[in-house]
Amino acid sequence: MSLQDRLTELRDQGLADIKSADVLKKVNQVKVELLGKKGPITEVLRGMRDVAPEERPKIGAYANEVRDKLQAAIDHRRSELEQAALNKQLAAEQLDVTLPGRPAVQGQPHVITQIITELEDLFMGMGYQIVDGDEVEEDYYNFERLNLPKDHPARDMQDTFYITKDVLLRTQTSADQPRSLENHDFSKGPLKVLSPGRVYRRDTDDATHSHQFHQIEGLVVDKHITMADLKGTLILVAKTLFGDQFDVRLRPSYFPFTEPSVEADVTCFNCNGKGCAICKQTGWIEVLGAGMVHPHVLEMSGIDPEVYGGFAFGLGPDRFAMLKYGVDDIRNFYLNDVRFLSQFYKKG
Amino acid sequence: MRISTQWLQDYLKLDIPADELAEKIERTAVEVDGVIRPNAGQKKVVVGHVETCEPHPDSDHLHVCQVDVGEAEPLQIVCGAPNVAAGENVIVALPNSWIGNHTKIKKSKMRGVKSNGMLCALDELGFDEKLVPKEVADGIFILPEDAKPGEPVFSYLGMDDEIIDMSITPNRGDMLSMNGTAHELAAIYDQTPTMPTVDLHEDANDDIDDQLEVRIDADQRDVPQYKMRLIKGVHIQASPLWLQIRLWNAGMRPINNVVDATNYVLMQYGQPLHAFDYDRLTDGQVNVRLAREGEHLTTLDGEDRELLPTDLVICNQDTPICLAGTMGGLETEVTDQTTNIALEGAVFDAVKIRKTAHNHDLHSEASMRYERGIDHGMTETALDAAAAMIAKLGNGTVARGVAVGRDEDVQPVTVTISLAKINHVLGTDLDLTTVTDIFNRLGFSTTVADQTYTVVVPSRRWDIHLPADLIEEVARIYGYDNLPATLPTGQPTIGKLNETQQMIRDSRKMMESAGLTQAISYSLTTEAKAKAFALHASDVTKLDFPMSSERTTLRLSLIAGLLDDLAYNNARKEHNVALYEEGRVFYSQPEQVRPKEIEHIAGAITGSMVPKSWGVAEQPVDFYAIKGIVAGYLKSLALAGNVRYVASADHPEMHPGRTADIYVDDQLVGFVGEVHPATAKAYKVRETYVFELDLTALIALPKARQQYQPISKFPSITRDVAMLIDDQTTNAAVVALMRAKGGAHLQRIELFDVYNGEHVPAGKKSLAYTLTYQDQNATLVDDEVTQAFEKVLNALQTELGAEIR
Repeated sequence: MSLQDRLTELRDQGLADIKSADVLKKVNQVKVELLGKKGPITEVLRGMRDVAPEERPKIGAYANEVRDKLQAAIDHRRSELEQAALNKQLAAEQLDVTLPGRPAVQGQPHVITQIITELEDLFMGMGYQIVDGDEVEEDYYNFERLNLPKDHPARDMQDTFYITKDVLLRTQTSADQPRSLENHDFSKGPLKVLSPGRVYRRDTDDATHSHQFHQIEGLVVDKHITMADLKGTLILVAKTLFGDQFDVRLRPSYFPFTEPSVEADVTCFNCNGKGCAICKQTGWIEVLGAGMVHPHVLEMSGIDPEVYGGFAFGLGPDRFAMLKYGVDDIRNFYLNDVRFLSQFYKKG
Repeated sequence: MRISTQWLQDYLKLDIPADELAEKIERTAVEVDGVIRPNAGQKKVVVGHVETCEPHPDSDHLHVCQVDVGEAEPLQIVCGAPNVAAGENVIVALPNSWIGNHTKIKKSKMRGVKSNGMLCALDELGFDEKLVPKEVADGIFILPEDAKPGEPVFSYLGMDDEIIDMSITPNRGDMLSMNGTAHELAAIYDQTPTMPTVDLHEDANDDIDDQLEVRIDADQRDVPQYKMRLIKGVHIQASPLWLQIRLWNAGMRPINNVVDATNYVLMQYGQPLHAFDYDRLTDGQVNVRLAREGEHLTTLDGEDRELLPTDLVICNQDTPICLAGTMGGLETEVTDQTTNIALEGAVFDAVKIRKTAHNHDLHSEASMRYERGIDHGMTETALDAAAAMIAKLGNGTVARGVAVGRDEDVQPVTVTISLAKINHVLGTDLDLTTVTDIFNRLGFSTTVADQTYTVVVPSRRWDIHLPADLIEEVARIYGYDNLPATLPTGQPTIGKLNETQQMIRDSRKMMESAGLTQAISYSLTTEAKAKAFALHASDVTKLDFPMSSERTTLRLSLIAGLLDDLAYNNARKEHNVALYEEGRVFYSQPEQVRPKEIEHIAGAITGSMVPKSWGVAEQPVDFYAIKGIVAGYLKSLALAGNVRYVASADHPEMHPGRTADIYVDDQLVGFVGEVHPATAKAYKVRETYVFELDLTALIALPKARQQYQPISKFPSITRDVAMLIDDQTTNAAVVALMRAKGGAHLQRIELFDVYNGEHVPAGKKSLAYTLTYQDQNATLVDDEVTQAFEKVLNALQTELGAEIR
């Protein structure tokens, strides 16, 4: 048998062995047996000395070709077997992905904090400073400086917890605004502040009343502040909180610290303005009060109302949350039932 | 304030659906609570004529009536009302009719006799019992003789009216009258209203001067106007039905013709009036003054009231007979026997009336109007109108003249404002004609010079006296819907959180990522709870006049509120709860009423923070779990000082062996630990771990300067040590010693085991640490480390008596 035939035979036998090897170990065995230093191909090449010199390159080339072919077949078979083994392993490792994941511990912000944070961010984006006043305030700042002298009928709108005759729990976060006004240096630009915080009213707690709740009041004072600016700002607030699809209407109202005064309503989102129990058949829901800062309030803070003017607005995050999420009892916000708190996911 | 749209037709031609009118009022003037339709939901209620009325054979009070309801055959209806009689026109609810309060009437039998419907009283048609005239309250209502059988009954009772219920803001007292509302609507719809006229005939032969003498002993401010008229020979009786209808649709109960006339004029003009029985006024002497300490008056409602020195009173010969502007006295009340009326028309100080109404809890139609102010220019006209009406309704005569206790010269207010200012404030570009037209519609006369208005405001709009008030008038009549919507322009400002606000926000997020959910509890609590868990001793701040015993005192700590929250959850079978709260506590300050408000952050955890799940056991929280949360949080603050935990048995509400005070260097900033089992029981919570930190203090503390430390390129070497040591020796002591003796290259000390179970002698525990050594600049040699480690071991043995294992 010529060397060439011998190589062909080895090749065919080898390829058959490789193909039939069903485990990696056998593939390796075939490799050692065929291509090892003591293997038949090496053996064949050793027989080269008996070949005519002019034939040698041909045989040599053929031997290399056979070896490469076998090596390729081994690599291929090995990878086939590895893949099969991996597939088997993967199949065995299959999980029920619908089983619950192991819980990661994560708390949540209170829904009222979420609303306050959202508005703080909106207004900071428009250059407002956030100010936190004291919760225990002087009657003078809470009422008198806001154009609500003692015995003013509008004080009936805000039943008050007093500590003494002159000290009270603030009924509105605008109690801090006179201080903002008197401390502001207008040479450094307009006053733009937002005051969120807790306020208190002398009310008996029930589904719609709470002796403690929250308020966000805004105040802007500059030389050229218009009621149109107020309207644009209020529309922005309503649309930020409730969505673009809702209309906003302003209607006259009365607050002693603003003139003109307005209240802003948004389209009732429950009935889309058709009229329902929530909006008392009006199609509108009252969401905030506002107005142009009363000249007396400016004067009392030493600001000339002939030169400066501004707007103020106030809204209740508790009420917003009730409207936005359909919460039917304000006490839910302060009982801290985890089944309630965990319903509001958004990050604060 | 209820405004009848039918009554409005006397003033204006308004062919507008009531809902649309209400919406317009709401957008332009005042809030509207709703449109009331008295006949809403009622059907098949008609006029009936009682043809015969026979006693029921089996009853001593029922009657069997044959009632003509406009059909071929009369209906047989059994009726139990005492006043049913043949010949009357009555209200018939036909079979299958709907009457008030969603009630359906069907054919029935009453004691064996067929009854095809029901004869109705007013309250059965949904009338509020407070509005039903007393004389018809106990029986069916008798309709006028000319009522036509078979016709719907509603128009006979004013029930087909549509009534707009307005909620009047304190500044719009002018709209607490038909006249004022008509002026407002006239401005809105650009009409000229027809105002009521007074048709007064005085008896030339009967002069008031000798009969009524009025003296005012109060100052001009308290009583700017006081006038009286005298009406003689009045026959007291029920008012005609048209008047009763107008009153009950306005929300007032018809009483008798005199009282009804004063109430009618009150509704028309907004001017409160009071009728006295003239014959009860000794010598016709009336004086007005402030009450004196200790004086008493029995008011119309039968209450004996002790008067206050702030009460204005009307007196007869200096004896109080009426609380001015709020309620009359029983002694001089108009009764069926009254024939002569002294009628008061006056203006009283708003603040005085407000105090009286508040102090005596007497809020009336009159006091409500005086508190908001009334039109000083209309008092005498209203007085005349009422006098004329009383005389007409009671067939009496009006004595000549007015008894004037005090009069005032009422002048319109003049306000000037430029067109530019109006446009400047509103952000509009209105022209002169538009604004002039608005003032004209409001009935304000104007003169214009140099683009500036001089506006004469009639006394009926006493709320207007500033340019800003005029701007509001222009804005609302022009329409807020028509204003442009812009955002403020001008010099830009930076909006960002200050350091405190930023740290509060960051702190909240840290707590949430540690697994705690934010709670917001009440700041007001009981005194005992307010003081519980206080970090520092302090007096408390208490309400002067609390609403309930549960909410009297401002808190000194957040934990008590959180425990209340936990108890609420536990009671609802939520036993795994982790809450935190960020909020203020209120420490009293010497010599000051206002407390110091300090931001605190506190947490309370009960049960397991990890919810039970497959393959994961619940992990009941313990001291070390909550301490880990606190430590992680404090680390995030990057404090410059050293945080220390010191065992403390000083908090009475806390477990004495499981509580640590937290110091930053030497400053106490909070505590962490287990709630005392007795306290937990009292608060109705299970085993609970809490912490409270003074956030204001933490914010103020210096922060570490943050600077990059190069990471050593050289390998580290570790050594483990396990030791038996006295149970009382703390980890802190061991670590401190190791640190002190560890040498320059000791980088880290990690505790990896604590054990005091089997094989550990009583009074001892086993601790195991890994010490890590590393040099920044060179590879450590093993010998070096061994030497340093030996030093530590020696120290542990000699100084702490540790037995190295």
